[in-house]
Amino acid sequence: MSNTSPASRSLFRRDFVRRTLLASTLLLSASLAHAEEPKLLNSSYDVTREFYKQVNDLFVPFWKAKGGATVQVDQSHGGSSKQARAVLDGLEADVVTFNQSTDVDLLVPAGLVAADWRTKFPHNASPYTSTILFLVRKGNPKGIKDWPDLVKSGAQVIIPNPKTSGNGRYSYVGAWAWSIKNEGGDEAKAKDFVKKLFANVPVLDTGGRGATNSFAQNGIGDVLLTFENEVHLTIRELGADKFDVVVPPQSILADAPIAIVEPVAKKHGTTDLAKAYLDYLFTDEVQEVAAKNYFRPANPEILKKHAASFPEIKLVTIDEILGGWKKALEVHFKDGGVFDQIYAR
Amino acid sequence: MPRTRHVLPGFRLSLGYTITYLSIIVLAPFAALAWKSSKGGVEIFTSTLTDKRVLASLELSFTTSFYAALVCGFFGVLTAWALERYSFPGRRILDAMVDLPFALPTAVAGIALCTLYAPNGWLGKILSPGGLKNLYVSWVETPNQWLVNLLEPIGFKAAYSSTGITIALIFIGFPFVVRTVQPIIQGLSLEVEEAAACLGANRWQTFWRVIFPTILPGTLAGMTLAFGRAVGEYGSVVFISGNMPFKTEIAPLLIVSRLEQYNYNGAAALGFILLVISFLILLFSNLLQAWNNKRTAR
Repeated sequence: MSNTSPASRSLFRRDFVRRTLLASTLLLSASLAHAEEPKLLNSSYDVTREFYKQVNDLFVPFWKAKGGATVQVDQSHGGSSKQARAVLDGLEADVVTFNQSTDVDLLVPAGLVAADWRTKFPHNASPYTSTILFLVRKGNPKGIKDWPDLVKSGAQVIIPNPKTSGNGRYSYVGAWAWSIKNEGGDEAKAKDFVKKLFANVPVLDTGGRGATNSFAQNGIGDVLLTFENEVHLTIRELGADKFDVVVPPQSILADAPIAIVEPVAKKHGTTDLAKAYLDYLFTDEVQEVAAKNYFRPANPEILKKHAASFPEIKLVTIDEILGGWKKALEVHFKDGGVFDQIYAR
Repeated sequence: MPRTRHVLPGFRLSLGYTITYLSIIVLAPFAALAWKSSKGGVEIFTSTLTDKRVLASLELSFTTSFYAALVCGFFGVLTAWALERYSFPGRRILDAMVDLPFALPTAVAGIALCTLYAPNGWLGKILSPGGLKNLYVSWVETPNQWLVNLLEPIGFKAAYSSTGITIALIFIGFPFVVRTVQPIIQGLSLEVEEAAACLGANRWQTFWRVIFPTILPGTLAGMTLAFGRAVGEYGSVVFISGNMPFKTEIAPLLIVSRLEQYNYNGAAALGFILLVISFLILLFSNLLQAWNNKRTAR
């Protein structure tokens, strides 16, 4: 700027200062306006990405129509237990939507979730449920119809590791439940049954998706045990000409517990919004969305409407079979528990 | 007391920065790990170290990492040599590709490797028992029966075995060796080789007495890095390993599985044990190198 005169230089400078001031004021007000817009963070588990994206797209206009502001619902997804841990460690999620009640229970002692969270929302605070089904190769060459067919020698079963995945835990409990209900309720027999089952498992993937990959892409095993929604997703993505679904007469009920993280919502001033959001999950609108994503809607009428997608199946609960998740983890899945004893040397 | 004069200014400042940086970035997490695992008391260490399954996983993790480091050492030096000493079309692309394992998310690498080496994958199909025979039979119109019989039993299980784990670890460790050895080869001038030849050394002697001692420390350093990375590797291994207890279950998986059961002290204890063993091995490797340097420095 060697050829600019002192006058023009000072003019330039004044202009520059004014512009900067103006710009920063604008920026500041914009960010303030942004801060006023209520935000909700929903910490959820892995496979609900699509579902909650659809729910949030419906919730924003719904809340606006009710006279609320334009809300922004942010999502965080990951393994359910990992997500619970993150919330416990200070991730400021307003609501949690997990797939295992122990993950919500983990937040109770820290005062993050009310001890009676089960009673705060309808249907045991679970907007939808799922269950474990069998996915077999086209034509079902091994003739797998029910749980005992899985322990027959010659059948290779793909189940993810119960110690690292919810799918695996539910499949394990499903097998245990079959034995308890059909072999006289003897625990020793049930243990023997799951032992025989896992003797047929050639690969223990760490997560549900890994197991699906082993079965569907890598051609390992004769049958995959996984959640109903994952079964349908696999068929939709990889072709109905390759696989068949087998619905056993009895399986395990998997619920999807939800709760408000009260101190966080209070701090954010979103308590009402969080409540409205979770209540919204039980409306007919969202129940339909759940059904479309192959989750069994909690509302029995909507479930009935979609009876074609959700065949009748006798569903037992983990409370009934093992006295709840807490006890199941303690007895079966912790280090040295029943599951480890199956593999013990 | 005479002050040491350095060519570059700011010695104290940079030393202070280094110590602060190391403390925050490196020491603090280690301290947290030690603190967390100490909360479980001594018994958590004794129970961890007497658990047969843990011991099996530690043995698996360290042996597969060791083999992977060996393979990386050999092929890494070869690759670095080829990339530096020869010019051929596509050399720069190949050079850039060496870094791919660094850039790829480990889970993606794991799934890709698993799909490739699974019994029905491209490579897995050929590597599995009888795979070579099938390839030969499908390629030749009138297969030679003698050759068919010869090829029949050849093959092994690649994915879902310790071989698969080693393959994944080679994949992620490979760039470490190439990238540490490459600059050394670059700095190794051709004149040195010429001088050796002029002094009457044959090719083998030139390699063994001149080139090898120069690149050895770098190779060992690269292999140590590859080894260290491999011991803690989780993402790319769990897909191809099959995770069967006592057979293909790596130690980091046991850590994750303890985390999954909210057993944080137990997970920290196992992590700490893994760290201590790795540290001892790295220390031993460094001492060995120091000894070697002293021995060869004449």
